[in-house]
Amino acid sequence: MSADAKSLKNKINVITSNPKFMNNTKGMASSLKKLIIKLFSFVVIVGICYVILAPVIGMVVNSFMSDTDAYNPMVYLIPEHPTLEKYKLAWQRMDYLKTMGRDLLYSATLMLIQIFICSMVGYGFARFKFPFKKFLFGCVVVMIVIPSHTIMLPIYMTFKNFDPFGLATLLTGKAVNLMSTPIPMYIMTIFGCGVRSGLYIYIFNQFFRGLPKEIEEAALVDGAGIWYTYFKIMLRNAVPAVITVAVFSMVWQYNDTFYSQLFNISEDIVISKKITTLQATIANLDKILDKTVQELYLDAGIVLVMLPIVIFYIVLQKYFIEGVERSGIVG
Amino acid sequence: MKKRRLTLSQKRMINGYLFILPWLVGFIIFYVRSLILTTEFSFSKLTVKPTGGYDLEYVGWENFRYAFREHGTFKQILTTSIGNIVIDLPLIIFFSLFMAILLNRQFKGRTLVRAIFFLPVILNSSAIATAMELSAQMIAGGISAASQVATETTTAGVDVSYYIELFEDLAMPRTVLEYLVAAVARINNVITASGVQIVIFLAALQSIPGSMYEVAKIEGATAYETFWKVTFPMVMPHIITNVVYTVIDNFAESEVVTLSYNTTFTEFNYGLSSVFSLVSTAIICLILIIICGFIQKRTFYYN
Repeated sequence: MSADAKSLKNKINVITSNPKFMNNTKGMASSLKKLIIKLFSFVVIVGICYVILAPVIGMVVNSFMSDTDAYNPMVYLIPEHPTLEKYKLAWQRMDYLKTMGRDLLYSATLMLIQIFICSMVGYGFARFKFPFKKFLFGCVVVMIVIPSHTIMLPIYMTFKNFDPFGLATLLTGKAVNLMSTPIPMYIMTIFGCGVRSGLYIYIFNQFFRGLPKEIEEAALVDGAGIWYTYFKIMLRNAVPAVITVAVFSMVWQYNDTFYSQLFNISEDIVISKKITTLQATIANLDKILDKTVQELYLDAGIVLVMLPIVIFYIVLQKYFIEGVERSGIVG
Repeated sequence: MKKRRLTLSQKRMINGYLFILPWLVGFIIFYVRSLILTTEFSFSKLTVKPTGGYDLEYVGWENFRYAFREHGTFKQILTTSIGNIVIDLPLIIFFSLFMAILLNRQFKGRTLVRAIFFLPVILNSSAIATAMELSAQMIAGGISAASQVATETTTAGVDVSYYIELFEDLAMPRTVLEYLVAAVARINNVITASGVQIVIFLAALQSIPGSMYEVAKIEGATAYETFWKVTFPMVMPHIITNVVYTVIDNFAESEVVTLSYNTTFTEFNYGLSSVFSLVSTAIICLILIIICGFIQKRTFYYN
C-alpha cells in the first residue's frame, strides 16, 4: 500500500471514528470497544514479550552477580555487588576472542557461499525454461522436507573415507579422512546442500519470479550476457532476499549443532560446542565446586556466546523484517 | 566442418542447467545416493573395516523386526515424538496467526515488539539448551529433579485437577479438557517455536490488497465477518507453508532423531539407526501429505 493510500485511509478512519460525525451514543460505544481491544492486545503483547524476555534478563542479571549475591535471597533483578569476575573467567576458559573469531569466520564464509549458490540456483529455476524443470523443483521441496538425520550415515561414511573418483587414492595411496575438519561442511554448502539450503533456494526462486522481466530484456538488448546480467543487475535488485537469507543462514549456521557434531568439527572452531563443556572445565580446572556459583559462570559464558549473533540481528533486523515481507517466503 | 548454431531457446536451456548445476550435483551425491544407501543399510548388517570402508551383509527384514519387536524404547519414543508434533501443530499455527494479526496493527514500538518475537529463533541453540540442562541436572540431581519437573508441568502451583473437575461437572469431555490443560502448560514451547511462522503470516497479511478491506467495509461487513471472509481465505495458502515448516522444524529436534543419532555414534548399530531414520521420516511425510491434502482442498487461491 502506498503512503498516499495509507494517509487517506487514516483520514477516513479519523473522520468515521470522530464522534462529531457520527451518532453520539454510537460513537461512544465504538470508541469504548476500540479502547478495550487496544487494552487487550497491549496486555497480550506485553505478556508474551515477558515470557520471551524473562529468561534472557534472568541470565544477564545472574552473570553479573557475585558469589554472595547468589545466596542472598534479598537480591532480585539488581545484583548487590555487581562484578565482572564471572565474565573474566568464562572469557579466559573459552579462549573467547580467538574461538569467536574463528567461529564467525566459519559461519560468515558459509553464509556467503550459501547466498551465492542458492541465489544462482533460485535464479536458474525462476527464469529459464528447460526440460524436467517442474520435477527438479519438486526435488528442492523434497530436500526441504527430508530431515537431515535420514541421510547422515551415508554422508558420514562418505567424508570419513573421502575418495572422489579415486583421486585421493591415486595421490596419497589411501582415502582421506575429513572428519574433525570443517571441510565437509564447505563441500556440502558449495554443492547447495548445506544447512537448510533448500529453503534458501525456494526463497530466492520466489523472489526472482516476482521481479519484472523487463529489467533483463533491457539488459539483453543493451548487449549484456546472461551471466553479466545476473551478477551485475539481478543480484543487486535482490537485496531484500539476500538480507533475509543472510540473517537466516548466519543464525542457523551459528546455532547448528547437528552437522558440527556429525563431522566432529573441533570446538576451537564451533564455540557453541565449547559452551556445553564450560561448566565442567570450570569445575575441574578452577576447583569451583559450588554448583550454584558454577551456574553463574555458565550464564556469563552463554551471554558471551549469544552477544555477536544478537548484535548481528539487531543491526539487520529492520531490513530483515521488511525483506521477509517483500521477498519470496510468501509466494 | 560447419558448426550447427544453437537457437536462442536452446542456449537459454543450457544456461538454465548451468545455473542449477551445483545444486543438481549436490542433490544427486548427497541426497539421492544417501537415501538409496540408507535404505540399503537398513536391510543389512554393516561392519566397518579397520582399514576404512565397510562390509554389508544382507539380513532382510531383521533390523525392522528388531526395532519393532525387541527394542526397548523405540516404539514409545516414536509415538511420543509424533504425538507432540501433532499436538503442537494446531497450537503453533493458530497462535502465530493470532499474533501476526495483532502485530499487523499500527501501534508504537511495533518494530521493537517484532524484533522481540523473533528473538527465540535467534537464541534457539540446542548447545545452550544442553548446557543449561546439564547444569540443572548437576544442581538438583536425581529424585528432586523429577519432582521439580512435575511441579513445573502443573503450571506453577495452580491446582489443575480442581478446575478439571469443575468443568467436568458441566459434562465437558475429559479428553478436551486434558488437551486444553496440556496446551496451557506448553505455552512456552509454543511461543518459542513460532517465531518464523509469525514472520511468514505477517508477510502474508501485508500482501492482502487494501481494496478488499475497503470493499468489505463499504458492503457493511463486521470485523468478525471481514476476518473469516477476507483475511482467513487470503492467508490460507500460507498455512500450508507454515504447517510444513512447523512439522519439519519440530521433527528435527524431536527425540527420535536423538535416538537414531545415539544408535549410530554410541552403539555403532548402523543398520538399526537407518531403520529408525527411515521409519520416522516415512511417518512424518505421511502426516504432511495427509494434512496438506486436507488443507489444500479447502484452500482458495487468489491468483
